[in-house]
Amino acid sequence: MLKANVYVTLKEGVLDPQGDAVKKSLHVLEYQGVKEVRIGKFIEVCLESKDKESALRELEEMSDKLLANPVMEDYRVEIVEVE
Amino acid sequence: MRFGVVVFPGSNCDADCYHVIKDVLQEEVDYIWHKESQLGAYDAIILPGGFSYGDYLRTGAIARFSPIMPAVIDFANRGGLVIGICNGFQILLEAGLLPGAMLRNQSLKFICDTAYLKVKRNDTPFTNQLAAGQLMKVPIAHGEGNYYCDEATLEELRRNNQILFTYSNAAGEDSPDFNPNGSIANIAGIINKEGNVLGMMPHPERCSEEVLGGTDGVNIFVSMVKSFQEVIQRCKN
Repeated sequence: MLKANVYVTLKEGVLDPQGDAVKKSLHVLEYQGVKEVRIGKFIEVCLESKDKESALRELEEMSDKLLANPVMEDYRVEIVEVE
Repeated sequence: MRFGVVVFPGSNCDADCYHVIKDVLQEEVDYIWHKESQLGAYDAIILPGGFSYGDYLRTGAIARFSPIMPAVIDFANRGGLVIGICNGFQILLEAGLLPGAMLRNQSLKFICDTAYLKVKRNDTPFTNQLAAGQLMKVPIAHGEGNYYCDEATLEELRRNNQILFTYSNAAGEDSPDFNPNGSIANIAGIINKEGNVLGMMPHPERCSEEVLGGTDGVNIFVSMVKSFQEVIQRCKN
């Protein structure tokens, strides 16, 4: 069994209304140093796979197809645990 | 003309669409459960509004892989008329039948309101009963209707005249000041290059009878019927 973390983030230049709202709230809390907040998704996937490489390939395929929308999002996959 | 309304778990405008086709237009219509893998003999497919699969992950992202979708995509690619309304539009984007994606509304609020739409062209199967430049008053109800695409795609949409409806004010000005959700170029609805697939966030099925406060929306469905009849007529000749 493998465990992977998939990070899905909005592409650079894509407006993030949620991030902006959180940034404003942080300013209200007087964290004036905060210049930008971008919100993304963190997806944990446990899967059976014969090795790390094929797991990575499969996860990238999953991300392209479903986990991320390539029109507006980027993703990064990391395999964190191998049992 | 025979319409099919696809029902996903979480669709909630399916009955409204069905009612408009059956009772207002008096055309044939069936519900199509999303688990079907084949389409019957339909002349047009409606992907209705709602919150398919709870909008989990992204709006339309899971519905896009429903068993019925390969048949819908095939139908669209063969030139069949497909209209996606609200969540249906989001599903069409996820399915790649239309370009772009939906972001959260700029205000982060779910907007339930009436919007003015400007009809950009009337030489399509969806707008032949309307005039170019005409205004329509149509309800909107969405949290993620902030249409996004990159510059190159926007340029292409403009070049191919794919922008069918824009948000405007009552005077027909479709400037950023009259944009309810932050949608790029005030886009409320787009068609594909071939002109047989329409995605729109506003709900024409909610303004297709006087009793609901307006009938602007019915023109879209009547246009579809008209366009279908013309095709049949051409085939006969």
